[in-house]
Amino acid sequence: MSLIKNLDELKKIREEALKKREIKKASGEIQIIVGMGTSGIAAGARQTMKSILETIEHENLNDIVVTQTGGLGLDSREPIVQVVIGEQPKVTYGNVTPDIANRIIKEHVIKGQVVKDHIIPQ
Amino acid sequence: MRELSLHIIDIVENSVAAGASNIQIEVEENLIKDYLRINVQDNGMGMNLEVLNQVTDPFYTSRTTRRVGLGIPLLKAAAESCNGQFDIQSTPGLGTLVNIIFQHSHIDRMPLGDLPSTFLNLLVGHPQIHWLFKYQYNENVFICDDKQIKDILGDISLTEPTVLAFLRKYLCDGIVGIQNN
Repeated sequence: MSLIKNLDELKKIREEALKKREIKKASGEIQIIVGMGTSGIAAGARQTMKSILETIEHENLNDIVVTQTGGLGLDSREPIVQVVIGEQPKVTYGNVTPDIANRIIKEHVIKGQVVKDHIIPQ
Repeated sequence: MRELSLHIIDIVENSVAAGASNIQIEVEENLIKDYLRINVQDNGMGMNLEVLNQVTDPFYTSRTTRRVGLGIPLLKAAAESCNGQFDIQSTPGLGTLVNIIFQHSHIDRMPLGDLPSTFLNLLVGHPQIHWLFKYQYNENVFICDDKQIKDILGDISLTEPTVLAFLRKYLCDGIVGIQNN
């Protein structure tokens, strides 16, 4: 479990990711934002973010930016997740459990179908 | 919050909000001397004495969307109810240091919780920050300085599925590995 061995593995991962990128065409950037303020964390935002990262890993989705931000001012609807696809308007979801987060990626991010029952109208 | 690692995220989000570019998180479990210590150090904007004296007040918050803070006061109360202590030092323009100690074996001490996920979320969620994670279990130490990782990756994103899988395994093996050593 030496660090050097791990870093060598990481170099291979980088080379493979670079090869893949050459083949792929540029599509609109996808951004997923998780509210990680005190109330978000208390409502389970870390598990929600964990679920998002695991889904990206399992579904093998490239070019998704996942960031966390402070409270979004919607405490009663935490955990909050926002999805931005390319130039489309930002979609805000509330009460996002790990299962809902998984659905948001599979339905909204992959298929482009907004998960209507969890949207917070802007 | 039911896990100390969730409180870590909460403290660290304050560091991020304070504009830190370097954040160091140290977690030490010492079962021989019976303590659990969490230390978070950042180079954010820091606080003056007036603000510093208020951060442990439940009715203080820097946010504008709600009138109460609660993150830090709850953690302070949790430490103090476990024969521990909560200490925060800050210098305007230089940064903030938070140090929390618990009696490890205290019956009311919250579990540390999912530390690998906590580190992974922070690393991925705030890629612009230079992270240093240190976890010590008795004499065994695991250190993850993300500079080495980011230097190798270059412009490859931390959220590439293969990179995520690598990071998850690296953090998990590192942390769980030394607990079982």
